[in-house]
Order: sequence, then C-alpha cells, then structure tokens
Amino acid sequence: MTDKIKLAASFIKALPHSAALGMQLQSIEAGTAVISMPYNDQLVGDPKTGVIHGGAVSALMDTCCGAAVMSHPSNPAGTATMDLRIEYLRAAVPGQTITTTATCYHVTRSVAFVRAQAMDEDSDNPVAIATGTFTVEGKR
Amino acid sequence: MSTRRPPEPVQVVKQRRDKVLRAMVDGVPYIRFLGIEFERRGDELTGIMPFKDSLIGNPMLPALHGGATAAFLEVTAIITLSWGMLWEDMESGALDVTNLDHAHLPRLPKTIDFTVDYLRSGLPRDAYARARINRSGRRYASVHVEAWQDNRARLFAQATGHFVMPQRSE
Repeated sequence: MTDKIKLAASFIKALPHSAALGMQLQSIEAGTAVISMPYNDQLVGDPKTGVIHGGAVSALMDTCCGAAVMSHPSNPAGTATMDLRIEYLRAAVPGQTITTTATCYHVTRSVAFVRAQAMDEDSDNPVAIATGTFTVEGKR
Repeated sequence: MSTRRPPEPVQVVKQRRDKVLRAMVDGVPYIRFLGIEFERRGDELTGIMPFKDSLIGNPMLPALHGGATAAFLEVTAIITLSWGMLWEDMESGALDVTNLDHAHLPRLPKTIDFTVDYLRSGLPRDAYARARINRSGRRYASVHVEAWQDNRARLFAQATGHFVMPQRSE
C-alpha cells in the first residue's frame, strides 16, 4: 500500500505539464490528494489585476483529482478525466499560493467520482470548487 | 445625393482587426506560457495550441494534460467573447486603435463556471479550437467551445462556460 502511494507521488512529479506549472504534491493518502501551486507571473490571466488564469487553476484541479483517484484504496492502475466542472467563486489573491484538496469519494468498476476545493492563503473561503468523473483502468 | 462614405481599403480593415486581436492576446501572460495563437477569418477566430513537451500529462502514452486542454478551451472562449464584445466599437471607430495596450482595452470577461467534456485523449500534436457564443447579454454570457486535432469532425474535447461580462463605463 505504501509503495503504491510512493509510486503515485513520483508519477505526479513526472507529469511534464504539472511540473511546468510548478505544482508540488503535499500529501496523498487513501483517495485524498493535496497539491499546491505557487504564484507565478507567467500564469497570470488578467494583466490588469495580476490574477492567475482560470485555466491554470483547472490544470491544478485536474492533476489533484487524478492523483486522488490513483491513491484510492481500490487500486486503479490508471485514470483519465472524463468530465470536470469548475466553479470560480472568487479571484485568487495575486502573490498567494493556491492549494487544492481533492477527494475521490466513490469508485465503481469503471468510474471514479471526485470533488475538489482550491484555496489561497485565506483557508476559510475557497477560490474554486470542482466536480469530476474519471475513468478507472485495469483495476487489480 | 447619397453621402455614403467610400469603402475602406481592405488592408486598412485587416490591419486594424489584426492589431486589436494581437493586443488582446499578447497582453495575457498565461496565453504566451501555453504558446496559444489565434487565426482570424473575418470575425471568426480559431485558437491554435502548437504541441510542445511541457503540455504532456501522461508521459507513458503520451497524451496532452487534461489541464492544458481545459486551459486551451477556456482561453479560446474568453478571447472569442472579448473579440465579439469589441467588434462593433472597433469597426465603428469608437475604439481608439492607436493606443492598444491592456490599460486601454476593456476588461476581460470573468469565468463563473466551466465544464469540460473529455471525449478522447489529446495526441502529441497541434490542437485547434473554436468557440460559439450562445448568449451574450449585458451581464452574462454562455459560450460553447470545441477542440480537435487531425480531423475537424472528431473532437477530442468540448466545453461550456458561463461568464460575467465587464461593466462598460458610460
């Protein structure tokens, strides 16, 4: 089990796009993953305000949801996003790290259901929330 | 008896439209980070995301990262929406095209929600996207966007998003 989690952790570090966005895996355990993404000028979506682009938050949410699926106790061998909906509740404060927590709360033979939240340094008010469904490949 | 103005020379029209489009796209750091470009035919825009290694999600397949796909769709939706919003002012001359940095362009629409439907895995090739504005009101807009790679009819992802339109200063 521990090996599986270690494997998942190194796998996420090896995702080129996630690495390019500066994502860091904080924890991963039994269907719950926490990944953070430090503020970076290159990720700005609105040059007037310096707010991070929604697309970068989507990429963080997608990575974190996928990681949560991979760490689920049912041991999926692989996963891919089928559907991901994101609601942007407020603009992330420029300069602050965004941290996402995703939970894979149900897995069937072929589908995994995930929910996620993204926070900046104000951990009481989410920046965005996400709901996704993921494929489950070759369960062992 | 008619006081109709003669039509503008075609290169003047093209130059103005391309300049506004470029100003809109070049000002956004994240669009540059992903390497997304836009092609224009009249008012129709096509987003292009040329393939590069840093867009890969799963290195075993390899496939585009779902996040890169989502971002590409969202960028295409926002630029197409802003472009539609600017079109009339640009064509009528109400928009001053001599000074077109982001300080002088209207604010961008803000995403309320965005739902991506992943239809097949993104191949390590260039991707294309076009958005359709299904509704654009004073306050809200609804946009659908489709992305494909080798075959226009075989979409690899599509999305629908809702946006808050920037309030225009009177």
